[in-house]
Order: sequence, then structure tokens, then C-alpha cells
Amino acid sequence: MRPLPPMDTMPRRALHWSRYNLFSSPANTLLTITGVLVLYWTVPGLMHWLWWDAVFDAAHRNECRAAGSGACWAVVRVRLDQLLYGFYPVDQRWRVNLAFVLLLAALVPVLRRHVPGRRYWIAGSVLYPLAAYWLLWGGMGLAPVDSSRFGGFMLTVLIGVTGIVSSLPLGILLALGRRSQYPVLRLACIAFIEFVRGVPLITLLFVGSTLLNYFFPPGTAFDLLFRVFIIVALFAAAYLAEVIRGGLAAIPRGQYEAAAASGLGYAQTMGLIVLPQALRISIPGIVNIFIGLYKDTTLVLIIGLLDPLGISQSILADSKWQGLSTELYIFIALGFFVTCFAMSKYSQHLERRLSPAGSGADPG
Amino acid sequence: MTDRRSGHSTRFVPQVLWPRRRTRATLIQILALVGLLLAAGWLAVNLAQNLRLLGMEPGYGFLTDPAGYDIGQTLIPYEATSPHWRAGLVGLLNTLLVSICGIVLATLIGFTAGILRLSPNWLVNRLMSAYIEFTRNVPVLLHILLWHGLLIHALPHPRRAAEPLDGVFLTNRGIYLPEPVPEAGFGLVLGGLAAGLIAAVIYRRWARSRLFRTGRALPMVWPGIALALILPLAAFLAAGRPVSWQLPELGGFNFQGGLALRPEFVALWLGLSLYTAAFIAENVRAGIQSIDRGQLDAARALGLRGAAIMRLVILPQAMRVILPPLISQYLNLIKNSSLAIAIGYMDLVATIGGITLNQTGRALECMSIVLGVYLLISLTVSAVMNRYDRRTALVEH
Repeated sequence: MRPLPPMDTMPRRALHWSRYNLFSSPANTLLTITGVLVLYWTVPGLMHWLWWDAVFDAAHRNECRAAGSGACWAVVRVRLDQLLYGFYPVDQRWRVNLAFVLLLAALVPVLRRHVPGRRYWIAGSVLYPLAAYWLLWGGMGLAPVDSSRFGGFMLTVLIGVTGIVSSLPLGILLALGRRSQYPVLRLACIAFIEFVRGVPLITLLFVGSTLLNYFFPPGTAFDLLFRVFIIVALFAAAYLAEVIRGGLAAIPRGQYEAAAASGLGYAQTMGLIVLPQALRISIPGIVNIFIGLYKDTTLVLIIGLLDPLGISQSILADSKWQGLSTELYIFIALGFFVTCFAMSKYSQHLERRLSPAGSGADPG
Repeated sequence: MTDRRSGHSTRFVPQVLWPRRRTRATLIQILALVGLLLAAGWLAVNLAQNLRLLGMEPGYGFLTDPAGYDIGQTLIPYEATSPHWRAGLVGLLNTLLVSICGIVLATLIGFTAGILRLSPNWLVNRLMSAYIEFTRNVPVLLHILLWHGLLIHALPHPRRAAEPLDGVFLTNRGIYLPEPVPEAGFGLVLGGLAAGLIAAVIYRRWARSRLFRTGRALPMVWPGIALALILPLAAFLAAGRPVSWQLPELGGFNFQGGLALRPEFVALWLGLSLYTAAFIAENVRAGIQSIDRGQLDAARALGLRGAAIMRLVILPQAMRVILPPLISQYLNLIKNSSLAIAIGYMDLVATIGGITLNQTGRALECMSIVLGVYLLISLTVSAVMNRYDRRTALVEH
């Protein structure tokens, strides 16, 4: 944009701005007009449906339809608890809330650099999975809750976080294995990575739900949720391995040679010299995989787990709320959008912070 | 390069137990191999034991038994009495159909959105960025279900079908279009089309060589398109319009005849395309931004204008950056088409991995077929695209 003349008033500024940004050429003007028309055709109708004519309080679908021609948000309002907690026992839901608050607390030292007592805090974060397991599943003083009652966004977060936490170390091992000097290890890793990346997640989930039990001694019964954890973690690990491999490939040979010259062994070279640099380069890719994993948790609907989409299917089967799929899906989409958008913004921030130019300049 | 020279350290390290690097490498690999084989053997023994307990004899003989279920959309003749393998083939063709349609639409939308995202027009680039951010941060399954719900609930019953154009009916049972039926003499039109395409290619070659010989640019795109269209059109008129349109007609509770696009197909197609397009748009943007600004300035200095700069200078160079992620987006779209099962579109997973598996109980065999076919598709697509990628790679001297 050109510098503006100093004595401008607001309307003149606006005119000036729009000349350069909206009407600089005939083609540009045409684009602007098209854009305005698209907005004109969509926004008012959308606003009527979403807000102005929408019904926020009703006991069932017909009451909604009688009260207004817009969206029937009452369905979300009435079934909100289910969309958040699934069928977790009502009097035990404080445990889910507590686990969620603790999750946020455990994330703080991982996401931010400058927090008081970061070292001890991180030690607490490492113990978090055990605490969460105890809180959610119960036992040892808490009423046990069967995992088939888990559902809603709680299940999404649970599968997502478990997948993210367990897939990263697996992905690093696979990436190292793929670049190993030992052909047997290398081939095994390549075969695993290419197989997993070549098939859809849903087929692997099917394998997990119908087939996995065949491969264990007769009588072994695995919780379906744990099978999902394993499949999701392995699936994300194969994709992570490819991203991390790219990062490893970008580390100059001199780094390995310098490490060898300093007398470092394989584990030390990788752990202290190569991986810290390689992981830093791969952060954007890694976060993209995490976002993908988080979105892919919705697929468990197809093998019968009650994530928000699964819950919405059961709500839609209820004759009181039949046909209100759009309202439910938009609400769920909003939930995912907020989380995924935040994750991608954080990764952009991290990229800036860790890039050589911005390192140290931007705390936290 | 990464191993430790034993003996130079005073601290004990396990590596000194293996005196020679070569021996150690062999030993580690043998151990790894034995470990892998043991694990595989353990799984195989368990599998055999489980199958024996269930009284099941593994084998693919069930594929020739009659399937016994109907499929809504079939590209090849299929009946409920057809064998299971044919149901699987119908499913595979449905997977390929929605994948190819999706790839075409996603590429079109993705490139348009990616280029417009970089437009100097403030309004348009904001709109595109809103589309991209809203679309790619929402799960693809949600996109598909949302479209399916809209098509099923928001469109009218066939009896009150909306008719935006003559012969086009929008209903909650599907979208019905007039179906072109070729009549005698249609071969002439096809011949005209072939001749038109050949003429367009010849013209393009001639215009290019003239450009390189004389430096004078002739318009290349429009005359080519005109040639490719005029010849078949002329043939069409000369042969006395040898196409009749079969219109969909309301009969009973639904439309009969015409070209029917079932809501499941449309929902899957739109959901997959719009979702993947948002990712393609980001790849296109990154590719274009990777081009040095000097290229743009040089093209302007040569007197090229907006669209020509994009087509002749920026995109050909950006393609090298765009192509590898584009391939993986195509592969993602093909794999995501398996979500069809959530809305009842009968693809490979829904036929062989769904109903056939449930009816026969042959989980092992069915899943092995499904996994094998997807693996084959993925490997083929990436092999073909990598070949193309190598051909367009930058050759530096």
C-alpha cells in the first residue's frame, strides 16, 4: 500500500485504501463485485438461519419449527451434556472436568518456556497420564466407569491426546529405524511405514475392531477403546516418521562427524545433537499430523464408539429431534474448528520462535 | 561415522564387548531378524489356534457365493444374486468413480482458491482465507455428514421437486439430470471431436514454432479451444443432431430415467472435494510464494500481463514445489473416500469390508482384500505421479 497523504480525513482514507485494494484494475473491480455479490446472496440468509430466526429454547423439534424458521439450537442445548460427556455417569462427571483442568495444567510447561519451577512442573506433567487414567476409569477409591460409557468431546480429547503423546516417540523410533545402517531394521521400518500410509485409517480401525483379537492368545479380551488407542498411535506414528525423516535428512553430515569426533556414541549423537535439530525443523509438519490425528478421531464413529458424531447419530435417531443434523454438525464443527485453529496458530508461533532469526527474541 | 572408537574411553561402554564393528552389525541384525520372526510366528500360531477354535477354514472360496444384497449405484450390471467378488468389484469401481470426480473438482477449486488467496484484492483474499481456514480445521467426516444431512433434509420430496433448469430436478432422493442418448450418426460427432483436438494440437505446435522463429506471439488458448469445439459442433449439426435427451420423469414415489446422482454420491463428492481443495489451495499458495519476486518483475518487464504471467511464468515453476504435496493430497482423497461407509455409499469398504464381511464372518479374508487393494492403488498413484514429478524436475547444469 502506498503511503497516505498526511492531512487525510477518514472517508478520504477509506476511498484511497479501496482504490488500491479493491478497484486497482478492471479485473480487480470484477473480482470485488463478484465477492460482494457472493456475500449478498449468502450472508443474510445464513444470518437468518443461524441467529435471527433461530430457536434456542424448545422441548422438541416440532416446538422449534412452530417457533421459528431458522436453526433449532434447542437440540444442542438439551443434549449438551451428552455431546460433552457421552454416557459418563452424571454424578461422576466432576472427574472428567478435573482431568480436563489437570490436562490444561500439565500442558502449560510443555507449551510455554518461561514458567516458574518449570522442571518440577514438567515432572508433574509426565505423571499426568496415570492420574488421568485413574480419574476417568476409576478404581482405587473411585467408582469404576466402563469405557463404553465414554463419549462426546471427552472421548475426542482422550483419543486425541493419547494418540499425540504415544505417537511421537514411536514416530521418532520409526524415523531412526528407517535411516538405520542395518538393512533388516531399515526394511522392517520401511515396510511398516509404507503399509500404514498406503491404507485408509478406517480399514485399520476395522482391523482393530474385528481382527486384532485373532492375533492374540484365545481368551484375551482387549478393551475396544485401547485397541483404538493402539491403532491411532501406530497410524499417526507412520506419518510422523516421514515428517521426522525429512528433518533428519536436513541435518548436515558435519554434525554427525563432529559428534563422532567428540567421542559420542549413537544414542548420544542422536539424542543430544541430531534429534533436537531435526525435530525443531519438523515442528510444522509434526503439528499438522497432530491436527490430522485430532480430526481423525471422528472416524471411531464407524466402529461404534460414541464421539460427538456418534452421539449426534443417536440424537438424530430420537423422534423428538429427527432431521436436525445440520444444527448438531455445525455445533460439533465449531468445537473442532476452535481446537484445530488454535493448534495451527500455536505451531506458526512456535515456528517463528524457533527460527534462527527469531530465537530468544520472543519469550514464551 | 556414529560408532564409538572403543578403547579411547576410560568409562565402560557396552560396545567394547563387541570388538569389531562388522561383527556387531551382523549380530544386531540377526537378533532383530530373529525377534521379528518370533513375533510373526507367535501371531501366526495365535491366529491358527483362534481359527481352529472358531471352526473356520481360511480361504477365499466364499467370493463365488451369491452376495444376496442390493447396491444402489452400480457402474456394471449387478444383482443381489451376483457373487461376492462382483459386489466387491462394483464397490471398487464406486471408490474409483468418486475418487476421480473428487480429484478433478478438488484440483479446480484448490488452484482457484490458492491463486485468489494471493490476489491483491482485499475482499477476495479474505474470503478465500476464510474458506480455507474453516474447511481444513473441521474433520472431513463432518463435511461429508453435513452435506449428506443437507441433501437429505433440506431438499424437497420428489413430488415437490425443485427444478432450477428444465429437466434438472433436485430432490431429497437425489439429483436428476437429462441423460444424453446417442443415436445413429453419433460416431461422426466423436470423429469431429477427435479431429478438432488434433487440429488444436497442430495449431498450438505451429504457433509455438512461429513464436520461436519470428518472436511474434499468436494467441494460443482461444483458437485452440475454438478448433476443438467447432469441428464436433459442425459434425453434430451436419449429422442432424444425433442425440436425444432422456428426461427424468416422476413415477410413483420417485423419478425414473435420466441421469441420477444419488445423495450419498453427491455428499461424498462435495465433502471430499471441498475439504481436499482447502489443502491444495495452501500448497498452491506456498508454491507460488516460493517463486522469486524477480521472476514476476522480469515477466512484467517483458510486457506480459496478469493471467499470462501466472500461466507462463509463475505456475510452471511453482508446479515443482506444488506437485509432491499435491500427490499426497490426491492419495489422501482416495483413502478418505472410504468414509463412504458412514453415509451408505457402497464403495470397496462398504461392500467387501462391510456387508460381505458381516454376512460371511470372514474378517481375515475380507480385510486382507480391502487392505491389499488400497495398497495397490496408493502405490500405483504415487509411482505414476513420481514419474511425472521427475520429468518436470529442475535440471541444473
